[in-house]
Amino acid sequence: MPGGKYNMEFLVATAVGVLTAAGLYLVLRLRTFPVIMGTSLLTYAVNVFLFASGQLTIGAPPILQEGVETYTDPLPQALVLTAIVISFGMTAVVVMIALGAYLGSDDDHVDDRAGDDTPQPQAQGDQA
Amino acid sequence: MSLFLIVALPFLGSLLPGLMNSAGRQACAGMTFMVSLLAFVGLMSHVPAVFAGEVIIARVNWLPSLGLNFTLMLDALGFFFAFLILGIGLLIIAYARSYLSRDDNMAEFFTYLLLFQGAMVGIVLSDNILLLLIFWELTSLSSFLLIGYWKHLPEGRQGARMALAVTGMGGMAMIAGMLILGQIVGSYDLSVILQNRDLIQADPLYVPALLLILTGCFTKSAQFPFHFWLPHAMAAPTPVSAYLHSATMVKAGIFLMARMWPVLSGTPEWVMIVTTVGLITMVLGAVIALFKHDLKALLAFSTVSHLGLITMLLGTGTAFGAMAAVFHILNHATFKAALFMCAGIIDHEAHTRDIRRLGGLRHLMPVTFVIATLAALSMAGVPLLNGFLSKEMMLEETLNTTLYGMPWLVPALATIGALFSAAYSFRLIGHTFLGPKREDYPAQPHDPGAGMWLSPAILVVLVVAIGVAPFLAEPFVRLVTGAVLGDVLELPTAHLKIWHGLVPPLYMSLVAIAGALIILALFRPLLRLWDAVPRPEAKVIFDHIIAGAVALARGVIRPLHDGAFTRYGAIMALTVLAAGYYAWETGTSMPAARGLEMPAAVSIAGWLMLVAAAAAMVFLHRNRLLSLILIAIVGLMVSLGFVYLSAPDLAMTQITVEVVTIILLLLALNFLPNRTPMESSVLRRVRDGSIAAAVGLGATGMTYYYLLRDAVAAPISQFHLANAYKGGGGTNVVNVILVDFRGFDTYGEVIVLGIAALLIYALTETLLSSPVRARLLNRKPDQPRSGDMHPTMMVVLTRVIMPVALMVGFYIYLRGHNEPGGGFIAGLIVSIAVVMQYMASGYNWASARQRYPYHGIIGSGALVAGLTGIGSWFVNKSFLTSDFSYVRIPPFDKFELATAALFDLGVFLGVVGAVMLILDSYSRLARRAHMTESEHAMDINPSRQSQVPNAGGEV
Repeated sequence: MPGGKYNMEFLVATAVGVLTAAGLYLVLRLRTFPVIMGTSLLTYAVNVFLFASGQLTIGAPPILQEGVETYTDPLPQALVLTAIVISFGMTAVVVMIALGAYLGSDDDHVDDRAGDDTPQPQAQGDQA
Repeated sequence: MSLFLIVALPFLGSLLPGLMNSAGRQACAGMTFMVSLLAFVGLMSHVPAVFAGEVIIARVNWLPSLGLNFTLMLDALGFFFAFLILGIGLLIIAYARSYLSRDDNMAEFFTYLLLFQGAMVGIVLSDNILLLLIFWELTSLSSFLLIGYWKHLPEGRQGARMALAVTGMGGMAMIAGMLILGQIVGSYDLSVILQNRDLIQADPLYVPALLLILTGCFTKSAQFPFHFWLPHAMAAPTPVSAYLHSATMVKAGIFLMARMWPVLSGTPEWVMIVTTVGLITMVLGAVIALFKHDLKALLAFSTVSHLGLITMLLGTGTAFGAMAAVFHILNHATFKAALFMCAGIIDHEAHTRDIRRLGGLRHLMPVTFVIATLAALSMAGVPLLNGFLSKEMMLEETLNTTLYGMPWLVPALATIGALFSAAYSFRLIGHTFLGPKREDYPAQPHDPGAGMWLSPAILVVLVVAIGVAPFLAEPFVRLVTGAVLGDVLELPTAHLKIWHGLVPPLYMSLVAIAGALIILALFRPLLRLWDAVPRPEAKVIFDHIIAGAVALARGVIRPLHDGAFTRYGAIMALTVLAAGYYAWETGTSMPAARGLEMPAAVSIAGWLMLVAAAAAMVFLHRNRLLSLILIAIVGLMVSLGFVYLSAPDLAMTQITVEVVTIILLLLALNFLPNRTPMESSVLRRVRDGSIAAAVGLGATGMTYYYLLRDAVAAPISQFHLANAYKGGGGTNVVNVILVDFRGFDTYGEVIVLGIAALLIYALTETLLSSPVRARLLNRKPDQPRSGDMHPTMMVVLTRVIMPVALMVGFYIYLRGHNEPGGGFIAGLIVSIAVVMQYMASGYNWASARQRYPYHGIIGSGALVAGLTGIGSWFVNKSFLTSDFSYVRIPPFDKFELATAALFDLGVFLGVVGAVMLILDSYSRLARRAHMTESEHAMDINPSRQSQVPNAGGEV
């Protein structure tokens, strides 16, 4: 294990950590757009982690070939592949909800104001 | 008829009243009646076998690994209850037809009624206790719907809630008790459990199981101290009260005690608890009933009292007690259902159920008077009616029962109960029907049509017939008693007869009837005394308990759940971190087992870019366009990482998804502010930063720890690698997993993606039909538009690229089974090719040339994938089993034909349709916001004669 702790695994692990930290920080912001960006970063982190759960392998893609014996674990790849596509769909839904909320109320805060339980009457057709 | 069909008929039939609603009320009620009748006839077809003492079992394995099987059993006890449920059900349906007014939604009523009927039949025929619990909960739910049927009445809603809270809580206890029982025996089949009396009673968990099961029974059968819900459930329409609250649902608890009798009864705990509770309920219910002025409330408390009587009889644990209980269940069902229906008739005709406003009705309603009087006298225990017979047996049984070492206690209390029971029965007759005719009824009462009085009349005929000729019912009662006793005790030798000679029970009866007459004579002073004594009001106590529980829940939730999303996020992150830390501290760790070589410089460079981009996001995220660019860098680096780490499929998916995501976010950003304002304080940012850093460190640690060690158990991937080519016919193992090994997952995910796209479409439609539309139309772009919105170069380039891109997509799709690629990636590539046309040539131009609606493409994708899966059924394989073969058409090379390719085509279509519908919906918002677009692809086109007016661009 030349290089001690600074091997490929360390790079992937720190990448997951940085993506998680940056994603979580943005998720804790007050407006919808950074929150969505944050969840996207978290999605990367989770996908990479899931992928890495099959162990890291270089130069051994799971494409069967004559005479090749070692392949990387294909199962996490299959799971992550669909996860990537699904998370696109979910991002699209969340963005549309955020957009609808902003266009409807001219406010893109994610927090309800404390003690503001009753829904506010919508100002109908304010300018139209 | 199959037992399954008998149980299923009411459930299936519950769909019919709704369908028949437009055909009229007669058709609606008639259809319900026919459904019940069919089930009833089906039950009757088993009469010969049941009377021959056979036990009919029908079994279908459902979840055998959990011990949950769909097993039904019909023995004499089940037959008895099913007979009551379906038989009285028929009478109730006929009665309800006339009872419900034109304003009531009859279809809704009969739907609930049939659901309830099916659930009840399910309870009494279940052989599996888990199945029984499911039906048990279904009766709670359907009775909730029935009690609250008159939604406009607050009493109805409150009564329904209370009934659900009490019986539902009991149901929970029952589930726990039944699970314990199943654990003790090792089987959830009743027929097995009933054979294991000694095993169960010797188990240390017998008492907890008994207490839990009895809690379920007592709540359902309204036993003290849970009796209070039944009177409040009287807000239901009277047919419901007659059906659920006299004949069937409240007997479910009794049924279960009878069913479990062979294994649970006979111990000191059983005798003590069940007899005591039954006795208290019997006396308490009878005393309260006497002073109720509402006819239905009186009957409700009388039902509570009689259920107590039956419970007490079951509690004594003797064979004679069980026989008396069975007999009284039958008798009570007949006279009480008839009385409830009479109360409904009076309410229906006189428009009041208040005894104080009634009296003298015998002149006005002679038919109702005769029916109600016979039923009430039976309830009072007057000879020659069936109530007398079972009451005598009850009194005789009490003489042999000793509680707390006092032999006189049970007989004395039972006599008091019988006395009050006779008193309220006499009051019911005397104060409602006898006495002088009055002038101040709310409505002029008269006898109803035969539709209403026929049902109670039939029951009263039974009351008299059994009362006069008990030997008619005796074989049946003995048979059912035998089923209750199992093989634990011998059948009692006693016979059902009217005259036993001058024995103590007769004197006790005489005392009760004489005492009842005295009480009735002194009713007014007694009522004043009753009103003067303060009593705890069950509803107030119940409401306080509920309010307390709600306040407690609020107290816990409010500080955590105050509407601030950021707060939930922080709490959740810290909780996960703490849980992870706890697991790390308490778990065992293994030494590192693996680790790759020192990474090459190129991977370090990629890592640096990823970390730099992520860090820049944190500091520069207020500029939203910039953050989009940064996130694109992150996505690109992740894709490259996938390439480097042997995951070409993932890399291709990630990079194509990246493209559509960025386009989508750009479209959204068009409407959102371009900058995020600085709002949070420094302290708050430090707080969030610390949380994020801590969680990030945790994630790093977890990933690093995990990556350096082998999996705890051998991964299943070797199977996939070994069988991908042999069984799935493909060399790209990831693709084979997607379309074959885990094809069902993929199928679900394509459908989820389609649903997401439809959801976005629906949201767009909603937005565009709301006031938002006006704002979008009036909206001014916040940045100057491009002078040349559709540049010639780009238009030409995209058109040239289009066929190439489509061909690449097709190629990627085709090779997916053996090389990196496949339906997901091909779908994304084709979507990007189409989106390019929209971007370059404009929405109008592109959509005018788009001939297939995206909804249809999503649907056809799901359909193709689903039909491919179903196809394997025709060759007797399970859903989505793939098949393949190799064909050779000269001059081409040998190539493969696989059903998996067809499935992948479904995936491809689903992805194209979903992605395009999503982007299309977003751009529809944008289209409303701008000026109308040119229908030409290019604003400046030298080949066109006349130039569009705004060709010079506007700023």
